[in-house]
Amino acid sequence: MKILAVCGLGQGTSLILRMNVENVVKELELEADVEHTDVSSASGMPADYIITSAELAESLTGHEGTVVIVNNYFDTNEIKAALSEALHS
Amino acid sequence: MKFIAKDLIKLNVDVADAVEAIKVAGQLLVRSGATDDSYVNAMVQSYEENGPYIVLAPGIALPHARPEDGVKEAAVSLVQLKEPITFGHTTNDPVRLVLALASSSSEEHLQLLQRLSGLMGDQDKVRQIIQATTPEDLQTLLEGLR
Repeated sequence: MKILAVCGLGQGTSLILRMNVENVVKELELEADVEHTDVSSASGMPADYIITSAELAESLTGHEGTVVIVNNYFDTNEIKAALSEALHS
Repeated sequence: MKFIAKDLIKLNVDVADAVEAIKVAGQLLVRSGATDDSYVNAMVQSYEENGPYIVLAPGIALPHARPEDGVKEAAVSLVQLKEPITFGHTTNDPVRLVLALASSSSEEHLQLLQRLSGLMGDQDKVRQIIQATTPEDLQTLLEGLR
């Protein structure tokens, strides 16, 4: 499974998100490859799940992967809940 | 690497809007020598282009730009706002703390983000930082993170 952590620039924010997603992936005992990138590159990258904010999700509606929205990038509980819900739907 | 050192903190700052708040946090980076002037404009431009997603958690904005926009050293500054300011985020507005991030492409950047993430993930600590009234209070809160 491939997961993309996406922000506007692909520098700071998405890297923070990626680190937190990696922790969640470990906790959920998933086999997943997590990468981070900016929102314009993400459109052209294959992924099963894309984790990002509601603000940026609008630009990714055409992507084949499931877009998972997270409001607080620092809250691993929220990331865990959002990802679990996406995995089971 | 400069992680919210004393010269990178400004408390009880009165600003009119989001752009001014980003500029104040950016000027702290410039004054400490972490970035050039151009980085401040790059952060404002990024906010204007990509929108308010930089409000990464309730009440916390993390403006940043690219390393090539004028970063000399990885750093984070902290501005505590006197009045909450609207950035336009659907769920995380209004903003109380602005943490400007000077991103570099080095290993230091990762360490900086890990510290920042640890700090911002601790909601009690965030609440205390929002309420801190002196730089000394803030220093105490940040001890052990540097």
